Amino acid sequence: MKISETKCVGCGNCTYACPMGAIYVDPTTRKATVNSDECVECYACYNGLSKEHLPPRTVRFTRRMMSKLWLRFEPDPDICPTDALEPDPLSWPRVVRRAFSDPRVPHESTGVTGRGTEEVKTNEISNRIAVGMVGFTIEFGRPGVGVRFHQIQEMSMALAALGVKIQPKNPVTAMMSDVETGKIRDDILNEKVLSAILEITVPVERTEEIIRTVWAVEKRIDTIVVLGVGTRCDEDGEERVVAPILESLGYTLKRAKTNLGLGRPQIRELARENAEPANQAQESVAA
Amino acid sequence: MTNTLHRYGTAESFKDDYVIFALPAKGGAQTGDPKPALRRFLEIALDYNPVNIGDAIHGGGTRPTEHSHAMEHFARRPTKPDFQRVMDGLGEPTTYSAVFATREDAEAFVQRIVEEDLGLSINISSSIENAQNCCKAAGITRHSVGYSLGFEGIQDNAPNRHVLALSTMCGHGMISQSLAKKMIDMVKENRASPDKVTAALSRFCSCGIFNPVRARRIIEEARKKTF
Ligand code: SF4
Ligand code: SF4
Repeated sequence: MKISETKCVGCGNCTYACPMGAIYVDPTTRKATVNSDECVECYACYNGLSKEHLPPRTVRFTRRMMSKLWLRFEPDPDICPTDALEPDPLSWPRVVRRAFSDPRVPHESTGVTGRGTEEVKTNEISNRIAVGMVGFTIEFGRPGVGVRFHQIQEMSMALAALGVKIQPKNPVTAMMSDVETGKIRDDILNEKVLSAILEITVPVERTEEIIRTVWAVEKRIDTIVVLGVGTRCDEDGEERVVAPILESLGYTLKRAKTNLGLGRPQIRELARENAEPANQAQESVAA
Repeated sequence: MTNTLHRYGTAESFKDDYVIFALPAKGGAQTGDPKPALRRFLEIALDYNPVNIGDAIHGGGTRPTEHSHAMEHFARRPTKPDFQRVMDGLGEPTTYSAVFATREDAEAFVQRIVEEDLGLSINISSSIENAQNCCKAAGITRHSVGYSLGFEGIQDNAPNRHVLALSTMCGHGMISQSLAKKMIDMVKENRASPDKVTAALSRFCSCGIFNPVRARRIIEEARKKTF
Protein backbone atom coordinates (compact mmCIF):
# COMPACT_ATOMS: atom_id res chain seq x y z
CA MET A 1 0.00 0.00 0.00
CA LYS A 2 1.14 3.51 -0.74
CA ILE A 3 -0.02 6.91 0.42
CA SER A 4 -0.14 9.78 -2.00
CA GLU A 5 2.17 12.55 -0.81
CA THR A 6 0.21 15.12 -2.74
CA LYS A 7 -3.11 14.12 -1.24
CA CYS A 8 -2.22 13.19 2.37
CA VAL A 9 -2.87 15.93 4.91
CA GLY A 10 -1.32 14.07 7.82
CA CYS A 11 -4.49 13.75 9.91
CA GLY A 12 -3.23 10.41 11.27
CA ASN A 13 -6.50 8.47 10.99
CA CYS A 14 -4.96 5.70 8.91
CA THR A 15 -2.29 5.10 11.57
CA TYR A 16 -5.01 3.71 13.84
CA ALA A 17 -6.78 1.76 11.12
CA CYS A 18 -3.79 -0.37 10.12
CA PRO A 19 -4.03 -3.74 11.94
CA MET A 20 -0.25 -4.12 11.66
CA GLY A 21 0.57 -0.66 12.96
CA ALA A 22 2.60 -0.16 9.80
CA ILE A 23 1.53 3.43 9.06
CA TYR A 24 3.07 6.45 10.77
CA VAL A 25 3.10 10.17 10.15
CA ASP A 26 6.68 11.06 9.19
CA PRO A 27 7.85 13.96 11.37
CA THR A 28 9.82 15.49 8.49
CA THR A 29 7.27 15.35 5.70
CA ARG A 30 4.21 15.38 8.01
CA LYS A 31 2.63 12.88 5.67
CA ALA A 32 1.49 9.37 6.45
CA THR A 33 4.01 6.76 5.37
CA VAL A 34 3.75 2.99 5.08
CA ASN A 35 6.51 0.78 6.46
CA SER A 36 6.40 -1.55 3.50
CA ASP A 37 8.29 -4.39 5.18
CA GLU A 38 5.61 -4.58 7.87
CA CYS A 39 2.65 -3.88 5.57
CA VAL A 40 0.85 -7.13 4.79
CA GLU A 41 -1.27 -5.69 1.94
CA CYS A 42 -4.46 -6.48 3.82
CA TYR A 43 -6.21 -3.41 2.36
CA ALA A 44 -7.91 -2.72 5.73
CA CYS A 45 -6.87 0.92 5.32
CA TYR A 46 -8.03 1.15 1.71
CA ASN A 47 -11.25 -0.89 2.04
CA GLY A 48 -12.16 -0.04 5.64
CA LEU A 49 -11.55 3.69 5.88
CA SER A 50 -14.38 5.75 4.46
CA LYS A 51 -13.39 8.12 1.70
CA GLU A 52 -13.92 11.83 1.46
CA HIS A 53 -12.69 13.90 -1.42
CA LEU A 54 -11.79 17.14 0.30
CA PRO A 55 -9.25 19.28 -1.57
CA PRO A 56 -5.88 18.60 0.12
CA ARG A 57 -4.64 22.22 -0.09
CA THR A 58 -7.79 23.56 1.54
CA VAL A 59 -7.62 20.94 4.28
CA ARG A 60 -3.94 21.70 4.97
CA PHE A 61 -4.70 25.44 5.12
CA THR A 62 -7.67 24.84 7.43
CA ARG A 63 -5.59 22.59 9.68
CA ARG A 64 -2.85 25.22 9.92
CA MET A 65 -5.30 28.00 10.72
CA MET A 66 -7.20 25.95 13.25
CA SER A 67 -4.04 24.87 15.04
CA LYS A 68 -3.08 28.53 15.48
CA LEU A 69 -6.36 28.95 17.34
CA TRP A 70 -5.68 25.83 19.40
CA LEU A 71 -8.44 24.05 17.51
CA ARG A 72 -8.30 20.79 15.66
CA PHE A 73 -9.60 19.73 12.27
CA GLU A 74 -11.01 16.33 13.05
CA PRO A 75 -12.62 14.14 10.43
CA ASP A 76 -14.43 11.08 11.83
CA PRO A 77 -11.77 8.61 12.97
CA ASP A 78 -12.57 6.11 10.22
CA ILE A 79 -12.28 8.55 7.34
CA CYS A 80 -9.40 9.44 5.06
CA PRO A 81 -10.47 13.00 4.23
CA THR A 82 -8.59 13.21 0.93
CA ASP A 83 -8.76 9.62 -0.34
CA ALA A 84 -4.98 9.40 -0.20
CA LEU A 85 -4.46 5.63 0.05
CA GLU A 86 -3.26 4.06 -3.17
CA PRO A 87 -2.85 0.33 -3.71
CA ASP A 88 0.50 -0.66 -5.17
CA PRO A 89 0.64 -3.03 -8.13
CA LEU A 90 1.95 -6.24 -6.58
CA SER A 91 4.21 -8.80 -8.16
CA TRP A 92 5.60 -12.10 -6.92
CA PRO A 93 6.48 -12.72 -4.11
CA ARG A 94 4.79 -9.70 -2.53
CA VAL A 95 1.44 -10.65 -4.06
CA VAL A 96 1.35 -13.54 -1.56
CA ARG A 97 0.90 -10.99 1.23
CA ARG A 98 -2.39 -9.81 -0.19
CA ALA A 99 -3.64 -13.30 -1.02
CA PHE A 100 -3.32 -14.26 2.64
CA SER A 101 -4.26 -10.94 4.22
CA ASP A 102 -7.10 -9.37 2.23
CA PRO A 103 -10.21 -11.50 2.87
CA ARG A 104 -11.81 -10.39 -0.38
CA VAL A 105 -9.11 -11.88 -2.54
CA PRO A 106 -9.73 -15.55 -3.30
CA HIS A 107 -6.89 -18.03 -2.96
CA GLU A 108 -6.18 -19.39 -6.38
CA SER A 109 -5.52 -22.79 -4.86
CA THR A 110 -8.85 -23.22 -3.08
CA GLY A 111 -11.20 -20.94 -4.94
CA VAL A 112 -12.66 -19.82 -1.59
CA THR A 113 -12.74 -16.25 -0.36
CA GLY A 114 -10.78 -16.12 2.87
CA ARG A 115 -7.68 -17.73 4.17
CA GLY A 116 -8.53 -21.31 4.94
CA THR A 117 -10.63 -24.18 3.76
CA GLU A 118 -13.94 -25.61 4.87
CA GLU A 119 -12.79 -27.51 7.99
CA VAL A 120 -15.88 -29.05 9.61
CA LYS A 121 -18.24 -26.45 8.17
CA THR A 122 -19.44 -28.73 5.38
CA ASN A 123 -18.40 -31.97 7.05
CA GLU A 124 -21.79 -33.62 6.57
CA ILE A 125 -21.16 -33.41 2.81
CA SER A 126 -17.39 -33.60 2.55
CA ASN A 127 -16.71 -36.10 5.38
CA ARG A 128 -13.45 -34.19 5.65
CA ILE A 129 -13.11 -35.13 9.32
CA ALA A 130 -14.29 -38.73 9.60
CA VAL A 131 -15.31 -40.60 12.77
CA GLY A 132 -12.27 -41.17 14.97
CA MET A 133 -10.34 -38.31 13.38
CA VAL A 134 -9.52 -34.81 14.56
CA GLY A 135 -8.92 -31.81 12.33
CA PHE A 136 -6.61 -29.09 13.58
CA THR A 137 -6.58 -25.54 12.27
CA ILE A 138 -3.43 -23.84 13.49
CA GLU A 139 -3.78 -20.14 12.82
CA PHE A 140 -0.89 -17.70 13.08
CA GLY A 141 -0.74 -13.94 13.32
CA ARG A 142 -3.99 -12.89 14.90
CA PRO A 143 -4.80 -10.63 16.59
CA GLY A 144 -2.73 -7.81 15.21
CA VAL A 145 0.78 -9.21 15.00
CA GLY A 146 1.02 -10.95 11.63
CA VAL A 147 3.33 -13.79 10.72
CA ARG A 148 6.17 -14.52 8.30
CA PHE A 149 6.27 -17.76 6.36
CA HIS A 150 9.53 -18.89 7.98
CA GLN A 151 7.65 -18.89 11.30
CA ILE A 152 4.85 -20.99 9.83
CA GLN A 153 7.49 -23.30 8.39
CA GLU A 154 8.85 -24.03 11.87
CA MET A 155 5.44 -25.40 12.79
CA SER A 156 4.78 -27.23 9.52
CA MET A 157 8.19 -28.95 9.61
CA ALA A 158 7.81 -29.92 13.26
CA LEU A 159 4.43 -31.48 12.52
CA ALA A 160 5.59 -33.16 9.32
CA ALA A 161 8.49 -34.68 11.27
CA LEU A 162 5.88 -36.47 13.36
CA GLY A 163 4.58 -38.11 10.20
CA VAL A 164 1.45 -35.98 10.19
CA LYS A 165 -0.34 -35.45 6.89
CA ILE A 166 -0.74 -31.80 6.02
CA GLN A 167 -4.15 -31.00 4.51
CA PRO A 168 -3.63 -30.73 0.75
CA LYS A 169 -6.44 -28.32 -0.15
CA ASN A 170 -5.21 -25.41 1.89
CA PRO A 171 -3.55 -22.14 0.81
CA VAL A 172 -0.53 -22.61 3.12
CA THR A 173 0.03 -26.11 1.75
CA ALA A 174 -0.04 -24.63 -1.74
CA MET A 175 2.98 -22.53 -0.74
CA MET A 176 5.05 -25.59 0.19
CA SER A 177 7.87 -26.86 -1.97
CA ASP A 178 7.74 -30.21 -0.15
CA VAL A 179 4.50 -31.15 1.60
CA GLU A 180 6.05 -34.33 3.05
CA THR A 181 8.55 -32.32 5.09
CA GLY A 182 6.44 -29.16 5.53
CA LYS A 183 9.06 -27.07 3.69
CA ILE A 184 7.77 -23.77 2.35
CA ARG A 185 9.24 -22.35 -0.87
CA ASP A 186 12.32 -20.26 -0.22
CA ASP A 187 11.28 -17.16 -2.14
CA ILE A 188 8.38 -16.38 0.19
CA LEU A 189 9.90 -17.28 3.56
CA ASN A 190 10.32 -13.65 4.60
CA GLU A 191 6.94 -12.49 3.33
CA LYS A 192 4.67 -11.27 6.09
CA VAL A 193 0.91 -11.91 6.14
CA LEU A 194 -1.89 -10.89 8.49
CA SER A 195 -2.83 -14.47 9.27
CA ALA A 196 -2.49 -17.93 7.81
CA ILE A 197 -3.94 -21.31 8.71
CA LEU A 198 -2.12 -24.62 8.66
CA GLU A 199 -4.46 -27.62 8.61
CA ILE A 200 -3.83 -31.21 9.58
CA THR A 201 -6.00 -34.23 10.28
CA VAL A 202 -4.91 -36.95 12.70
CA PRO A 203 -6.46 -39.94 14.49
CA VAL A 204 -8.01 -38.86 17.78
CA GLU A 205 -5.31 -40.68 19.80
CA ARG A 206 -2.72 -38.19 18.54
CA THR A 207 -4.57 -35.11 19.83
CA GLU A 208 -2.38 -34.58 22.90
CA GLU A 209 0.87 -35.18 21.00
CA ILE A 210 -0.08 -32.55 18.41
CA ILE A 211 -1.06 -29.97 21.00
CA ARG A 212 2.17 -30.47 22.94
CA THR A 213 4.15 -30.00 19.73
CA VAL A 214 2.22 -26.82 18.92
CA TRP A 215 2.95 -25.50 22.42
CA ALA A 216 6.68 -26.22 22.04
CA VAL A 217 6.99 -24.53 18.63
CA GLU A 218 4.71 -21.65 19.54
CA LYS A 219 7.14 -20.64 22.30
CA ARG A 220 9.96 -20.35 19.75
CA ILE A 221 8.18 -18.23 17.16
CA ASP A 222 7.45 -14.57 17.64
CA THR A 223 3.77 -14.55 16.72
CA ILE A 224 0.42 -15.55 18.18
CA VAL A 225 -1.06 -18.98 17.56
CA VAL A 226 -4.71 -19.91 17.91
CA LEU A 227 -5.91 -23.48 17.68
CA GLY A 228 -9.17 -24.83 16.36
CA VAL A 229 -10.00 -28.50 16.88
CA GLY A 230 -12.75 -30.07 14.81
CA THR A 231 -14.35 -33.47 15.18
CA ARG A 232 -17.51 -35.49 14.50
CA CYS A 233 -20.22 -35.73 17.13
CA ASP A 234 -21.87 -39.02 18.11
CA GLU A 235 -25.25 -40.12 16.76
CA ASP A 236 -26.92 -38.33 19.67
CA GLY A 237 -25.08 -35.08 18.95
CA GLU A 238 -22.77 -35.39 21.95
CA GLU A 239 -18.99 -35.24 21.72
CA ARG A 240 -17.40 -37.37 24.42
CA VAL A 241 -13.94 -38.08 23.05
CA VAL A 242 -12.02 -34.94 22.13
CA ALA A 243 -13.43 -32.51 24.72
CA PRO A 244 -12.15 -34.58 27.69
CA ILE A 245 -8.66 -34.70 26.14
CA LEU A 246 -8.64 -30.93 25.66
CA GLU A 247 -9.92 -30.34 29.18
CA SER A 248 -7.27 -32.66 30.61
CA LEU A 249 -4.68 -30.44 28.89
CA GLY A 250 -6.02 -27.45 30.78
CA TYR A 251 -8.32 -25.88 28.18
CA THR A 252 -11.68 -24.47 29.19
CA LEU A 253 -13.92 -24.98 26.18
CA LYS A 254 -16.05 -21.92 25.62
CA ARG A 255 -16.65 -21.16 22.00
CA ALA A 256 -17.19 -23.50 19.07
CA LYS A 257 -18.43 -23.68 15.56
CA THR A 258 -21.27 -26.17 15.47
CA ASN A 259 -22.25 -27.84 12.21
CA LEU A 260 -25.96 -28.67 12.33
CA GLY A 261 -25.69 -31.38 9.68
CA LEU A 262 -28.32 -29.82 7.42
CA GLY A 263 -26.35 -30.02 4.18
CA ARG A 264 -27.78 -32.38 1.53
CA PRO A 265 -26.30 -33.74 -1.70
CA GLN A 266 -29.06 -31.85 -3.51
CA ILE A 267 -29.60 -28.18 -2.64
CA ARG A 268 -33.28 -27.26 -2.54
CA GLU A 269 -34.32 -26.00 -5.94
CA LEU A 270 -35.89 -22.73 -4.93
CA ALA A 271 -35.66 -21.18 -8.38
CA ARG A 272 -38.06 -23.83 -9.71
CA GLU A 273 -40.32 -23.69 -6.63
CA ASN A 274 -40.55 -19.94 -6.91
CA ALA A 275 -41.70 -20.28 -10.50
CA GLU A 276 -44.54 -22.72 -9.63
CA PRO A 277 -46.50 -20.57 -7.15
CA ALA A 278 -46.47 -17.76 -9.72
CA ASN A 279 -48.20 -20.03 -12.22
CA GLN A 280 -50.71 -21.20 -9.62
CA ALA A 281 -51.50 -17.64 -8.68
CA GLN A 282 -52.27 -16.82 -12.28
CA GLU A 283 -54.57 -19.80 -12.58
CA SER A 284 -56.48 -18.92 -9.44
CA VAL A 285 -57.02 -15.40 -10.71
CA ALA A 286 -58.32 -16.84 -13.96
CA ALA A 287 -60.65 -19.16 -12.03
CA MET B 1 -11.90 -19.43 7.25
CA THR B 2 -12.12 -19.69 11.00
CA ASN B 3 -13.24 -16.10 10.93
CA THR B 4 -16.18 -16.40 13.31
CA LEU B 5 -14.63 -18.93 15.65
CA HIS B 6 -11.83 -17.26 17.52
CA ARG B 7 -13.50 -14.38 19.30
CA TYR B 8 -11.82 -13.28 22.46
CA GLY B 9 -13.94 -13.38 25.61
CA THR B 10 -15.31 -15.55 28.38
CA ALA B 11 -18.25 -17.89 27.66
CA GLU B 12 -20.43 -15.34 29.46
CA SER B 13 -19.32 -12.64 27.02
CA PHE B 14 -20.94 -14.59 24.15
CA LYS B 15 -24.39 -14.42 25.73
CA ASP B 16 -25.56 -11.97 23.06
CA ASP B 17 -23.46 -13.38 20.22
CA TYR B 18 -24.90 -15.93 17.78
CA VAL B 19 -23.28 -15.98 14.34
CA ILE B 20 -25.21 -18.37 12.11
CA PHE B 21 -23.96 -18.99 8.60
CA ALA B 22 -24.85 -20.96 5.52
CA LEU B 23 -22.58 -22.20 2.77
CA PRO B 24 -22.61 -24.69 -0.07
CA ALA B 25 -19.95 -27.41 -0.16
CA LYS B 26 -17.15 -26.83 -2.65
CA GLY B 27 -15.83 -28.99 -5.42
CA GLY B 28 -19.06 -30.29 -6.99
CA ALA B 29 -20.08 -32.28 -3.91
CA GLN B 30 -23.64 -30.98 -4.19
CA THR B 31 -26.08 -30.54 -7.04
CA GLY B 32 -28.48 -27.64 -7.47
CA ASP B 33 -28.09 -23.90 -7.57
CA PRO B 34 -26.99 -22.55 -4.16
CA LYS B 35 -27.78 -18.91 -4.93
CA PRO B 36 -31.56 -18.92 -4.33
CA ALA B 37 -31.11 -21.05 -1.18
CA LEU B 38 -28.49 -18.68 0.20
CA ARG B 39 -30.73 -15.71 -0.51
CA ARG B 40 -33.62 -17.45 1.21
CA PHE B 41 -31.38 -18.02 4.25
CA LEU B 42 -30.94 -14.26 4.64
CA GLU B 43 -34.58 -13.50 3.82
CA ILE B 44 -35.65 -15.79 6.64
CA ALA B 45 -33.05 -14.25 8.96
CA LEU B 46 -34.70 -10.85 8.43
CA ASP B 47 -37.84 -12.19 10.16
CA TYR B 48 -35.90 -12.78 13.39
CA ASN B 49 -34.36 -9.41 14.27
CA PRO B 50 -30.78 -9.97 13.13
CA VAL B 51 -28.25 -7.40 14.30
CA ASN B 52 -26.17 -7.95 11.17
CA ILE B 53 -26.34 -9.91 7.94
CA GLY B 54 -23.85 -10.19 5.12
CA ASP B 55 -21.95 -12.22 2.61
CA ALA B 56 -18.23 -12.91 2.55
CA ILE B 57 -17.63 -10.97 -0.65
CA HIS B 58 -19.60 -7.75 -0.26
CA GLY B 59 -19.74 -7.29 3.50
CA GLY B 60 -22.38 -6.59 6.10
CA GLY B 61 -25.01 -4.01 6.89
CA THR B 62 -22.62 -1.20 7.82
CA ARG B 63 -20.11 -0.30 5.15
CA PRO B 64 -17.62 2.48 4.53
CA THR B 65 -19.10 5.67 3.15
CA GLU B 66 -17.79 7.51 0.12
CA HIS B 67 -18.53 11.15 -0.44
CA SER B 68 -18.96 12.53 -3.88
CA HIS B 69 -18.58 16.22 -3.02
CA ALA B 70 -16.88 18.20 -0.27
CA MET B 71 -20.03 19.53 1.43
CA GLU B 72 -20.95 15.99 2.46
CA HIS B 73 -18.15 16.27 5.00
CA PHE B 74 -20.67 18.10 7.21
CA ALA B 75 -23.47 15.56 6.76
CA ARG B 76 -24.34 12.93 9.34
CA ARG B 77 -23.18 9.42 8.49
CA PRO B 78 -25.47 6.43 9.00
CA THR B 79 -24.86 4.34 12.12
CA LYS B 80 -27.65 1.80 11.56
CA PRO B 81 -27.05 -1.22 9.31
CA ASP B 82 -28.68 -1.17 5.89
CA PHE B 83 -29.93 -4.71 5.31
CA GLN B 84 -31.70 -3.84 2.08
CA ARG B 85 -28.35 -2.89 0.59
CA VAL B 86 -26.96 -6.29 1.57
CA MET B 87 -29.91 -8.07 -0.07
CA ASP B 88 -29.65 -5.96 -3.20
CA GLY B 89 -25.95 -6.72 -3.59
CA LEU B 90 -26.09 -10.52 -3.25
CA GLY B 91 -24.61 -12.44 -6.11
CA GLU B 92 -21.95 -15.09 -6.02
CA PRO B 93 -22.39 -18.16 -3.83
CA THR B 94 -20.14 -17.80 -0.79
CA THR B 95 -20.65 -17.88 2.98
CA TYR B 96 -23.76 -15.93 3.99
CA SER B 97 -24.17 -15.03 7.64
CA ALA B 98 -26.70 -13.62 10.07
CA VAL B 99 -25.91 -12.42 13.57
CA PHE B 100 -28.43 -12.50 16.44
CA ALA B 101 -28.17 -10.98 19.88
CA THR B 102 -30.87 -12.85 21.79
CA ARG B 103 -31.41 -16.50 22.55
CA GLU B 104 -35.07 -16.28 21.49
CA ASP B 105 -34.29 -14.90 18.04
CA ALA B 106 -31.42 -17.31 17.39
CA GLU B 107 -33.38 -20.37 18.48
CA ALA B 108 -36.50 -19.40 16.53
CA PHE B 109 -34.37 -18.78 13.43
CA VAL B 110 -32.62 -22.15 13.69
CA GLN B 111 -35.96 -23.89 14.13
CA ARG B 112 -37.25 -22.23 10.95
CA ILE B 113 -34.08 -23.02 9.01
CA VAL B 114 -34.40 -26.70 9.94
CA GLU B 115 -38.00 -26.70 8.67
CA GLU B 116 -36.99 -25.02 5.41
CA ASP B 117 -34.47 -27.79 4.65
CA LEU B 118 -32.45 -25.68 2.23
CA GLY B 119 -29.79 -28.36 1.82
CA LEU B 120 -26.98 -25.91 2.60
CA SER B 121 -24.53 -26.50 5.45
CA ILE B 122 -25.57 -24.41 8.45
CA ASN B 123 -23.21 -23.66 11.32
CA ILE B 124 -23.59 -21.76 14.57
CA SER B 125 -20.58 -19.93 15.93
CA SER B 126 -21.20 -19.03 19.54
CA SER B 127 -20.64 -20.42 23.01
CA ILE B 128 -20.93 -24.21 23.04
CA GLU B 129 -23.96 -23.95 25.31
CA ASN B 130 -25.75 -21.40 23.11
CA ALA B 131 -25.37 -23.68 20.07
CA GLN B 132 -26.53 -26.75 21.99
CA ASN B 133 -29.62 -24.87 23.16
CA CYS B 134 -30.41 -23.91 19.57
CA CYS B 135 -30.15 -27.56 18.50
CA LYS B 136 -32.33 -28.71 21.38
CA ALA B 137 -34.98 -26.12 20.60
CA ALA B 138 -35.02 -27.21 16.95
CA GLY B 139 -35.06 -30.93 17.82
CA ILE B 140 -31.82 -31.75 15.98
CA THR B 141 -28.43 -33.12 16.97
CA ARG B 142 -25.02 -31.63 16.21
CA HIS B 143 -23.13 -33.21 13.31
CA SER B 144 -19.63 -31.85 13.93
CA VAL B 145 -18.02 -29.37 16.21
CA GLY B 146 -14.93 -27.17 15.88
CA TYR B 147 -13.67 -25.95 19.25
CA SER B 148 -11.72 -22.74 19.66
CA LEU B 149 -8.87 -23.27 22.12
CA GLY B 150 -8.29 -19.53 22.36
CA PHE B 151 -5.22 -17.43 21.63
CA GLU B 152 -2.24 -19.28 23.08
CA GLY B 153 -0.66 -17.24 25.82
CA ILE B 154 -3.45 -14.64 26.08
CA GLN B 155 -5.46 -15.08 29.26
CA ASP B 156 -9.14 -14.21 29.76
CA ASN B 157 -8.12 -11.44 32.13
CA ALA B 158 -5.58 -9.77 29.84
CA PRO B 159 -5.31 -6.06 30.62
CA ASN B 160 -6.51 -4.99 27.18
CA ARG B 161 -9.44 -7.43 27.19
CA HIS B 162 -12.01 -4.99 25.79
CA VAL B 163 -9.71 -4.08 22.92
CA LEU B 164 -9.17 -7.77 22.16
CA ALA B 165 -12.88 -8.55 22.35
CA LEU B 166 -13.61 -5.80 19.81
CA SER B 167 -10.71 -6.43 17.45
CA THR B 168 -11.26 -10.21 17.27
CA MET B 169 -14.88 -9.65 16.27
CA CYS B 170 -13.58 -9.47 12.74
CA GLY B 171 -11.94 -12.85 12.35
CA HIS B 172 -10.14 -11.64 9.25
CA GLY B 173 -8.20 -9.25 11.46
CA MET B 174 -9.47 -6.11 9.70
CA ILE B 175 -10.27 -4.32 12.98
CA SER B 176 -7.05 -3.01 14.37
CA GLN B 177 -6.36 -2.99 18.07
CA SER B 178 -5.27 0.65 17.87
CA LEU B 179 -8.60 1.65 16.38
CA ALA B 180 -10.55 -0.38 18.96
CA LYS B 181 -8.55 1.30 21.74
CA LYS B 182 -9.08 4.74 20.23
CA MET B 183 -12.84 4.12 19.93
CA ILE B 184 -13.06 3.13 23.60
CA ASP B 185 -11.05 6.20 24.57
CA MET B 186 -13.27 8.51 22.54
CA VAL B 187 -16.32 7.17 24.37
CA LYS B 188 -14.54 7.50 27.72
CA GLU B 189 -13.76 11.12 26.93
CA ASN B 190 -17.35 11.62 25.75
CA ARG B 191 -16.05 12.73 22.36
CA ALA B 192 -18.19 10.15 20.55
CA SER B 193 -21.26 8.04 21.29
CA PRO B 194 -21.10 4.23 21.54
CA ASP B 195 -23.36 4.08 18.46
CA LYS B 196 -20.97 6.18 16.43
CA VAL B 197 -17.85 4.24 17.34
CA THR B 198 -19.62 0.89 16.95
CA ALA B 199 -20.51 1.88 13.38
CA ALA B 200 -16.92 2.96 12.74
CA LEU B 201 -15.64 -0.47 13.81
CA SER B 202 -18.40 -2.30 11.88
CA ARG B 203 -17.32 -0.63 8.65
CA PHE B 204 -14.03 -2.52 8.74
CA CYS B 205 -15.72 -5.96 8.94
CA SER B 206 -15.68 -7.32 5.42
CA CYS B 207 -18.26 -10.12 5.68
CA GLY B 208 -21.03 -8.99 8.02
CA ILE B 209 -20.24 -11.08 11.11
CA PHE B 210 -19.50 -8.09 13.35
CA ASN B 211 -21.98 -8.00 16.24
CA PRO B 212 -22.84 -4.36 16.98
CA VAL B 213 -24.92 -5.22 20.05
CA ARG B 214 -22.06 -7.09 21.72
CA ALA B 215 -19.64 -4.36 20.62
CA ARG B 216 -21.78 -1.63 22.18
CA ARG B 217 -22.04 -3.61 25.40
CA ILE B 218 -18.26 -4.11 25.54
CA ILE B 219 -17.67 -0.40 24.85
CA GLU B 220 -20.11 0.56 27.62
CA GLU B 221 -18.32 -1.80 30.01
CA ALA B 222 -14.94 -0.37 29.02
CA ARG B 223 -16.19 3.21 29.42
CA LYS B 224 -16.43 2.71 33.16
CA LYS B 225 -13.72 0.12 33.68
CA THR B 226 -10.92 -0.23 31.15
CA PHE B 227 -9.19 -3.24 32.70
S1 SF4 C 1 -6.09 9.22 6.75
FE1 SF4 C 1 -5.54 9.97 4.72
S2 SF4 C 1 -5.04 12.14 4.99
FE2 SF4 C 1 -5.08 11.21 7.04
S3 SF4 C 1 -2.94 10.67 7.40
FE3 SF4 C 1 -3.88 8.87 6.51
S4 SF4 C 1 -3.57 9.03 4.30
FE4 SF4 C 1 -3.10 11.03 5.20
S1 SF4 D 1 -2.58 -2.62 3.53
FE1 SF4 D 1 -2.95 -3.34 5.64
S2 SF4 D 1 -0.93 -3.57 6.55
FE2 SF4 D 1 -0.67 -2.31 4.71
S3 SF4 D 1 -0.80 -0.21 5.42
FE3 SF4 D 1 -2.88 -0.78 4.80
S4 SF4 D 1 -3.85 -1.56 6.66
FE4 SF4 D 1 -1.63 -1.51 7.05
